Amino acid sequence: MPLLELVHLKKYYDSHKAVDDISFQINEGNIFGLLGPNGAGKTTLLRMITGIFYPDEGEVILDGKKFDPLNDIQKIGYMPEERGLYKKMKIGEQALYLAQLKGLSRNDAMQKIKYWFERLDMQSWWNKKVEDLSKGMGQKLQFVTTVLHQPKLIILDEPFSGLDPVNANLIKDEIYNLSKSGSTIIFSTHRMEQVEEICDHIVLINLGKKILDGSVKDVKQLHKENLYNLSLKDNIEAIGNTDIFDIQNKTPEKIILKIKENYSNNDVLKYFIDRNIEIEHFSEILPSLNDIFIQLVHGTNSVTRSFQNN
Amino acid sequence: MNKILLIIKREFLSRVQKRSFLLLTIGLPVLIGGLYALIIYFAVKSNNKIVINVADNAHFFRDSLPSNDENISFVFAKNQPIDSAETLSKNSENTGLIVIQQNADILKDGVEIMLSKKIGYVDKEKVRSALEARLKQMKLASIVTDTAILHQLQSPAKVSFVNYTDTKDGVKNTEDKSDIATGVGFASGFLIYIVLLVYGMMVLRGVMEEKVNRIAEVIISSVKPFQLMMGKIIGIGLVGLLQFLIWIVLTIFLKVLVPMFFAKSDSGAAASIHSAMSAISDINFALIIPVFLIYFLGGYFLYASLFAAIGSTVSDGQQDLQGLQLPVTLPIIFGFVIMTQAINNPTSGLSVFGSIFPLTSPVVMIARVTQGIPDAVSYPELIISIVLLFATFLFTTWFAGKIYRTGILMYGKKTTWKELMKWALRKS
Repeated sequence: MPLLELVHLKKYYDSHKAVDDISFQINEGNIFGLLGPNGAGKTTLLRMITGIFYPDEGEVILDGKKFDPLNDIQKIGYMPEERGLYKKMKIGEQALYLAQLKGLSRNDAMQKIKYWFERLDMQSWWNKKVEDLSKGMGQKLQFVTTVLHQPKLIILDEPFSGLDPVNANLIKDEIYNLSKSGSTIIFSTHRMEQVEEICDHIVLINLGKKILDGSVKDVKQLHKENLYNLSLKDNIEAIGNTDIFDIQNKTPEKIILKIKENYSNNDVLKYFIDRNIEIEHFSEILPSLNDIFIQLVHGTNSVTRSFQNN
Repeated sequence: MNKILLIIKREFLSRVQKRSFLLLTIGLPVLIGGLYALIIYFAVKSNNKIVINVADNAHFFRDSLPSNDENISFVFAKNQPIDSAETLSKNSENTGLIVIQQNADILKDGVEIMLSKKIGYVDKEKVRSALEARLKQMKLASIVTDTAILHQLQSPAKVSFVNYTDTKDGVKNTEDKSDIATGVGFASGFLIYIVLLVYGMMVLRGVMEEKVNRIAEVIISSVKPFQLMMGKIIGIGLVGLLQFLIWIVLTIFLKVLVPMFFAKSDSGAAASIHSAMSAISDINFALIIPVFLIYFLGGYFLYASLFAAIGSTVSDGQQDLQGLQLPVTLPIIFGFVIMTQAINNPTSGLSVFGSIFPLTSPVVMIARVTQGIPDAVSYPELIISIVLLFATFLFTTWFAGKIYRTGILMYGKKTTWKELMKWALRKS
């Protein structure tokens, strides 16, 4: 059963359509990647999911019911891209305040803060002020305050920006843990290598419209170009285009070839076996998400739009 | 509702628990009070004694020359020859000498004061008026011989201001209390003026801080923007109320303490402080304090919401703040200007307008009210003014809420007035 369902969501501004008829669903326990160039409408979309904005049209359905901003806020943990903390406030008090705003009782909040502070090795921070923390430490605190109230849906907008590799890994592990324990995570970023590593399912939006939706594996399959890596024992020079494949690139070490329509991998292998040429290596080249992203977004006027948006 | 209480609590405590709060609340009045006390002290206790020797050989003054100022005194040297009087005066600490020749005519001749030291303009005027008054008296006495007529001539003409409506137990109250009322009116108006500016700016800075620190969106994912705005405004308003409470307690404390302090010293200062205290007691504080609170709260909410809206539109730093801030602070300053008129002329057209127009009424009306209801302000005026103020405050809060909701999440772009209007008019 999907935890979150967006049905024909629309949000129009005077000058442009920020979100233009977007629908998708996210299954419970998934780590979901929301991708898109700057100004694609990601933040507007997330703000509608968190109840900060009301959609002009369409519905957000959370946990099988129409989203009710007043009561469902507790089910959501949102770490926006524009995030920060009260600089002059003590860390412990700050975490307590934010947790109470989410609806936790004081005692409840206290317990959970202690658990998380211990878990992420932050106990000694309690009486420090935010202005005394480094940016990465602040980020860690921000993450804790986002997930403290055990939300069913956790929305993280660029969660790793500003984190060093050690802390980024720490947070990444926590994201996996949360997902394992049943939380659903929406992960918004333009760092494709992270998406490839973490996400089960992705949606790509551009100019307010959804242009891609599927599991990472399916998306790659869908956008593959039948390219293969081939290494031969010898005689690479002699290989040219054939009826079965075209050579795309040739170096002394390897060949990149494209299989023509109606032919399969085995046809290629058979071609070389028949000629008694020994194959060292043969593998399919799947496009990276980065390539797919650039291919789909390139050429649209998304850059101009992001400029207007700001 | 619970969440707005949390926000109020944080806004309130984070300000009150700061060391600077107590320092400002207690330190400021002590500083201002101390400064005034010092000025008054030096004015009263100036040890610049002026003693003028009078060699009154023509018997102009009949050995009596009273002075209103205890620092100025005249010493009569009896039957002194002029030369010895001069040397005596020069050698003594005394300031000056008046010599009147034996054959001088009081109706024709003037009086000359020879000074051995420089004296200030104010003191000169005091000496002059003392001499003139006595001379006038003596001139009259030299012409009119009938003591009964003389007595009638010399008794001062009584002039007093009486209001038709100002009666005490059915008897017209002839006591003129408008001077002290003017003082209290000015002080109250000034206080509201300062409070609107200081606390308005505090709200503006608070909102700006939330936005610039990028915590606004984190909070807004838990509470509605309107709750955040109102929580801040109410929280800071409570800080202001607490400050007033401390000041009122301090004032009462001082009121008990000051007479005790002055009772020990014998001087006339005690009497004058006493009379000032009793005049202050005559002012109808039971009326003024509630009216003050109504206008403080109404004015504060009106302006605080506008300041909050302005704060929410600032994206980074202060640069674009000035242009938006001015239209909000300007009416407060206008209010102050009208108020200074209203304390002298509480029923003029400008005063009435200023005390009804909701953007200036918090500052102006309180100054008029201290002059008495219904002498200076009629009840309908007061009611219309309060209703208008609260209607406007509801409107500005609603209006500011709409701007705030959009502004608090906007970054990077300088906001224009046109855009603000668009945000305010957009449907949710």
